[in-house]
Amino acid sequence: MSVELDVFVGNTTIMDKEVYQLWLNGYTVNDAVKVRIEGGVMEECEASAEVLLSDTMDQYRTFQMCERLLHHPAKLANQLLFQIPPDRQAMLIERYALACQFNSLDFVIIQFQTFICISLFRYYAFDDLFVREVLGKKLSKGTKKDLDDVSIKTGITLKSCRRQFDNFKRVFKVVEELKGPLVENIRQHFLLPDQLARDYAAIVFFANHRFETGKKKLQYLTFQDFAFCAGQLINNWTVGAVDNMMEDMDVDLDKEFLQDLKDLKILITDKDLLDQHKNLVCTALRGKTNVFNEMEANFKNLSRGLVNIAAKLINAKDVRDFFIDLVEKFIEPCRSDKLTSIDVNLYLTHYTNSAHILDTFKHHAVWTRYMGVIKSCILRMYHD
Amino acid sequence: MPGKLKAKIVAGRHLPVMDRASDLTDAFVEVKFGNTTFKTDVYPKSLNPQWNSEWFKFEVDDEDLQDEPLQITVLDHDTYSANDAIGKVYIDIDPLLCSEAATVISGWLPIYDTIHGIRGEINVLVKVDLFNDLNRFRQSSCGVKFFCTTSIPRCYRAVMVHGFVEELVVNEDPEYQWIDRIRTPRASNEARQRLIFLMSGELQRKIGLKVLEMGGNAVVGYLQCFDLEGESGLVVRAIGTACTLEKISTFPATATHPNNSSPSKDMKDSPQAAPSTLGCRSTHSSPVHSASSRLSQGFSVSVPTLLFAGMKPRHRSSEVPRARQCRPGFGEEAPGVPLSSGPPTPLRAQTFSSFSPSKSYSRQSSSSDTELSLTPKTVGIFLCPSTPALESESSPLPSAHLPCHLRPGMASRSTTPPPLHISQSDTAMLRKSVSFSEELLLAVSGMGSGGSAGKEAGPLKALLRQQTQSALEQREYPFFTLTAFPPGFLLHVGGVVSARSVKLLDRIHNPALGNTRSYKLLDWNSFTADEPETRDAWWEEIRQEIKSHAKALGCHAVVGYSESTSICEEVCILSASGTAAVLSSRFMQDGPLDTEHRLSRQPLCVFSTGSERVEGDMGSSASLGFEEVVSPGCGFCHIPYDELNIPFPAQLTYCYCCRRYKVPDVLFTTIDLPTEANVTGKGCLIQARLCRTKKKAQGEGNATAISSLLPFLEYELHTQLMNKLKLRGMNALFGLRIQISVGETMLLGLASATGVYLTALPSPGGIQIAGKTPSDITYEQHISTMQKKINDTIDKNKELYEINPPEVVEEIIGSPIPEPRQRSRLFRSHSESSDEVSELDLSHGKKDAFVLEIDDTDAVEDIHALLTDSPTPAGFYSCNTEIMPGIQNWTSAIQMFTSVRVFRLNANLTNQGLNKIFSDLCENLLKSLYFKLRSMVPCCLCHLNFTVAIPEDELIQVAVTAVAMSFDKEQPLENGKQSGEKTLIKAITENDEQLQFNLELNAETSSHNPLSSPKGLSEVGSHLSARDRCSSWIEQLKLKAHTIRRGSVKTTSSLEKASPLPEGRSRSLRSNRSYSGSSVAVVKMTPLSFIPGAKIIKYLGIINMFFIRETSSLREEGGVSGFLHTFIAEVFAMVRAHVAALGGNAVVSYSMKECVFMENPNKNQAQCLINVSGDAVIFVRESELESTSVQTQSATTHTSNGGEGT
Repeated sequence: MSVELDVFVGNTTIMDKEVYQLWLNGYTVNDAVKVRIEGGVMEECEASAEVLLSDTMDQYRTFQMCERLLHHPAKLANQLLFQIPPDRQAMLIERYALACQFNSLDFVIIQFQTFICISLFRYYAFDDLFVREVLGKKLSKGTKKDLDDVSIKTGITLKSCRRQFDNFKRVFKVVEELKGPLVENIRQHFLLPDQLARDYAAIVFFANHRFETGKKKLQYLTFQDFAFCAGQLINNWTVGAVDNMMEDMDVDLDKEFLQDLKDLKILITDKDLLDQHKNLVCTALRGKTNVFNEMEANFKNLSRGLVNIAAKLINAKDVRDFFIDLVEKFIEPCRSDKLTSIDVNLYLTHYTNSAHILDTFKHHAVWTRYMGVIKSCILRMYHD
Repeated sequence: MPGKLKAKIVAGRHLPVMDRASDLTDAFVEVKFGNTTFKTDVYPKSLNPQWNSEWFKFEVDDEDLQDEPLQITVLDHDTYSANDAIGKVYIDIDPLLCSEAATVISGWLPIYDTIHGIRGEINVLVKVDLFNDLNRFRQSSCGVKFFCTTSIPRCYRAVMVHGFVEELVVNEDPEYQWIDRIRTPRASNEARQRLIFLMSGELQRKIGLKVLEMGGNAVVGYLQCFDLEGESGLVVRAIGTACTLEKISTFPATATHPNNSSPSKDMKDSPQAAPSTLGCRSTHSSPVHSASSRLSQGFSVSVPTLLFAGMKPRHRSSEVPRARQCRPGFGEEAPGVPLSSGPPTPLRAQTFSSFSPSKSYSRQSSSSDTELSLTPKTVGIFLCPSTPALESESSPLPSAHLPCHLRPGMASRSTTPPPLHISQSDTAMLRKSVSFSEELLLAVSGMGSGGSAGKEAGPLKALLRQQTQSALEQREYPFFTLTAFPPGFLLHVGGVVSARSVKLLDRIHNPALGNTRSYKLLDWNSFTADEPETRDAWWEEIRQEIKSHAKALGCHAVVGYSESTSICEEVCILSASGTAAVLSSRFMQDGPLDTEHRLSRQPLCVFSTGSERVEGDMGSSASLGFEEVVSPGCGFCHIPYDELNIPFPAQLTYCYCCRRYKVPDVLFTTIDLPTEANVTGKGCLIQARLCRTKKKAQGEGNATAISSLLPFLEYELHTQLMNKLKLRGMNALFGLRIQISVGETMLLGLASATGVYLTALPSPGGIQIAGKTPSDITYEQHISTMQKKINDTIDKNKELYEINPPEVVEEIIGSPIPEPRQRSRLFRSHSESSDEVSELDLSHGKKDAFVLEIDDTDAVEDIHALLTDSPTPAGFYSCNTEIMPGIQNWTSAIQMFTSVRVFRLNANLTNQGLNKIFSDLCENLLKSLYFKLRSMVPCCLCHLNFTVAIPEDELIQVAVTAVAMSFDKEQPLENGKQSGEKTLIKAITENDEQLQFNLELNAETSSHNPLSSPKGLSEVGSHLSARDRCSSWIEQLKLKAHTIRRGSVKTTSSLEKASPLPEGRSRSLRSNRSYSGSSVAVVKMTPLSFIPGAKIIKYLGIINMFFIRETSSLREEGGVSGFLHTFIAEVFAMVRAHVAALGGNAVVSYSMKECVFMENPNKNQAQCLINVSGDAVIFVRESELESTSVQTQSATTHTSNGGEGT
């Protein structure tokens, strides 16, 4: 005796938010039923475990059906398979629109699909812990195979890990080929709220350049630190950053710019220039900080570090080490000298500005573009 | 050749990737109608192609237009190999053929493939230019409207109800063998889909022809079914009720109203009728017309139709006093009117001599051996509320009645009136064969008032009655598929009549050349086509049987009629059931007025400007006040049969409302609860479930085995129903539907109905458990605990369903109580002396209670079943009728759903085990539904329609379709209180209460965006014709006057009063506000004929769709549940899309007729076949209607005219 088949289909789709979250978290049906029983829904509704199981399975099926649509959220706007109860929509629209700052999207679409948008939002949400593990890794089958280790390490269910990983991969695949601004592309194709779209942009960007983030020295950095840096890089160092009209992608760094960065080497190879630069910076800093001596002593070292990073960026392999280089070549020395972030800020400001005063230094534009990003990245990364 | 079909393919979207290399598709479209095909260009490399084609034009016969669907196939162009089909869209263009329905089909329709399901959407435009064909011999029936709704559609009035129409077409099934060997049958499944579309088109056309022959213009209660007979083919059959409908103005016509006495007469009863579900609707308790006054009227009747037109209001007003005069005589005389229609059996004579239980067999009456020879076995069982077996008052031992059911051959087929006739009074006895004068014939037409003849008019009345009956009987089948009627149409209800017949399906190798019925379909299979005449003959037999049963109950018509089949291998059970009733031709005449009248007052259809009219009604009711003692809500309960000729031993008592006429103790019907019925408390779903094992057998042996099992099954189902009814303290069942499903090793019976407490009927006795061996002490203890449990349950249920029989009211109303009696201990002796009263000791020996013998294993089972039925959780109600009595203030939140479960049984189960499993299955399903819908509490599951099937050995499939509607909790209490009072004052206070709402509403609506003016309105408006404008100028004037006054509290309040759900309305308005302006194409679906809080302004045509889905990767699609879940969701999506394309925003009277699911897990394959139907409509929220009318006065005025249509 067994129930072979058990379905419930409403004209308007019923989605239980609580069950949805359990599903997203990768709970099995049985585990989800346990959680629900503990939640006391049974007493509330005079239901039996059997009923709860049936309902949970049904919800899971609904989510699985939704999942197909969630993978191509652009279709959601006019999908016909699910009808969302209008009263619920009305209730949720404002809240959602506010919460997500969904201003750029057509309001009608939101109205149509708020409920699904929320599902979407939750579906594409990820755990910082998890993303920290895979950030910068190639979104390939190989990485996916290692997810069980990640699951064990982070305590997130494997199912959930896989969903998150697949989301990254899906977004990456779609956006990779697209022209135009990365964040905007993600937002439009996946109907994600602004912040989430930015995070995804960072993930895609990191995956594309395979930035090394897993080294021990980088462990202290959170995903949000990296996301911030990624934002800086995307906004300043990609092709799209200089020319929005360009037919090129936002995902890749501007090759010409990277090429030009090599010219900055002059700052450390030309002895005169280096000294001149040092003098200018020291003059500007003198008396403004407690750690002036350390700064002065370390100037050449730090400058060499930064310029060398710049010069090497033309090689894809060295791009990967960008963050580790920043830490090793700049942040760690500063930290050992007990510089505060105010000191670092001061130093970097003058370091950047002074270069422009140098007579023989001609690469002002490149320098500004480079140092702008470096400065904000370092400042963001300069914490414990 | 009078039709030009035009189609334009605009664009596609979300197409599947057909070319893996490019991840794109080169799509083009083939548009096919009949034998003509057009193609669009290939739109290369896109998943969202923009074809924007020219108009493809098909010049075709209107006959073809009706039969054929427009077929749109989307393909992927492939240079090197055959083009791959992406999917198809079938468009039924029937709605375009009727001027009052849709004018264009335009929108995104899902592209469907039997293997992949929905694969993107296509945007199409379809139009039809129809030329008038006046050819008398035409084969087409364009313009006949079809409605699934089993009541007069909301925006129409019935000018005439012509009666029963039926038709069936038969064809070879292109893929009958898929059941065993699921091939990769996409082609054959597509052929099936196409064939069934064709067949239903043809069927509809033929039914339409019949309707035209009868002089009608519409089919209401259209019920189409498929019989997948396997080897012997595919039968598509349909039944319906032919009517002449007339579109009524969206603003109820008021021009004729004021001087029409009839509605105002109705009105006086309205406060009493307040408790009825739809609010204030009410009607005459019984006809007021005397026969003689009728005779004076210039009526003419054509035999096959019931005419109800032509009576002038002034006649009626003159009749009123006269009628009152007649009234006092009713009580004694009317029930005594002899019936001509007793079954012609010798037993009949016995019936009259004494009322012993055994007499009841007379109903089982005559058997014709010829019939038996026709078929392996025919079983006719006649069911009525007081089936002998169920009547334990009269017959304490149910088992004693079994023998009567053991006569499968006893099906009565007599159509002739009984030779024997005994008249009790001095009334004349007439036979059908009597030739009547023309004068009398005229009288007949106006007659129909059944047993309500006055004393002095007694003989004449009887005669007239006889004649009416004859008039109706002369029609082939006086059947009506309607379940709800214009008030007053239904005079008396006799009880449920049903008939079943077991047939062997036999392939007839008889080339059907020259068989006109399937000539169109011969292309499909030229060699064989089953002769539909065989099937016709089968159904004819059944219908004759039903007809004779109805006659036995003293009724001349059958209402709420339906037919069904259950097929297993080559055995087929044909079932038909309905409710025997006496209809009023007079009220049929009144029908249109009343319908309209009811519409105007119905909460769900309230229209702003109807208020004046309602006021008028109120006024008249005030003036007429309490002149009429007889409650209007009890008339239909009065027995139509002769009290002394009762076809079964029922316990008759005087009506608890009017105290004048006899009523049975229990009433079973298949119809919806009449709106005017007086009901105490709330109702609930009552189900009897039964499983019986059967030996595996072949052919005739199998049929015989089934035939012999059927009577037991029916008997037990009825016992269960009766037990459960009593357990809930109720006394009537509505919407009774009994399904018998046959499988290889078992029979399954499921009876569902909505139990209510009819105020007019006596309170049901309790259930008494009797032990066989009373000496045994432990045994007695056991019994007494059980008894206690049962008594507790009854008390609990009474509380739950708020059944407090209005004792006080009784005293007030029942001034002339014919005999003193105590409600709860009514002694209904079977010695006919109704004066006998006896105080009974409740503890033992009471004949009143329903006695269950505990030593009877069946009884133990019954008791068990009684006590295991779990109550509905708090906040939930359930019923299988349209709405729940006692709940009025629905909110706009509705949720239609379909739930399917398949249960696998272990082999070798006993009957008891099976029963328990089956019962648990249904109970658990209900529990799951309650849980799912918990967010809607307080809510009522309406129209719970269970369908059981045995898809395979050891499998039970239960499918449920219903709608959950939430209501406001606070109001019902208040309303309930109000409904108790039957005074006008109540209505006035109600007015006051609602003032706040109106103010609030007005404030809100004024801020409402005028753009939200519903699409439908403007569309309707475009149908305006000058003639209409002229004809209804009075309404216009009134309307204008009215709109000017609209702002005033007075008008709106009267309006509001007509709506029992002010709270719901204002709430719905609030929730609507934020999105009403948006273009969201939400399509509501409901199995009911209405949408709460909204008014249906236009019917766009019937939706009748048939889909097959198959898979050969079942596991990958989430197993059987995942597969079916997706499929049902897809079916919903396709229905919604087609409705939206017609310009509609809802489907009413939606039903899933067929859901055949087959799997072959070993091969990882499954198939499912679904047939759904409903009526596409445009509805407008009442709130929107108001705001529109407030703001765009003139526009609304025009619209109202448009609403009247052409």
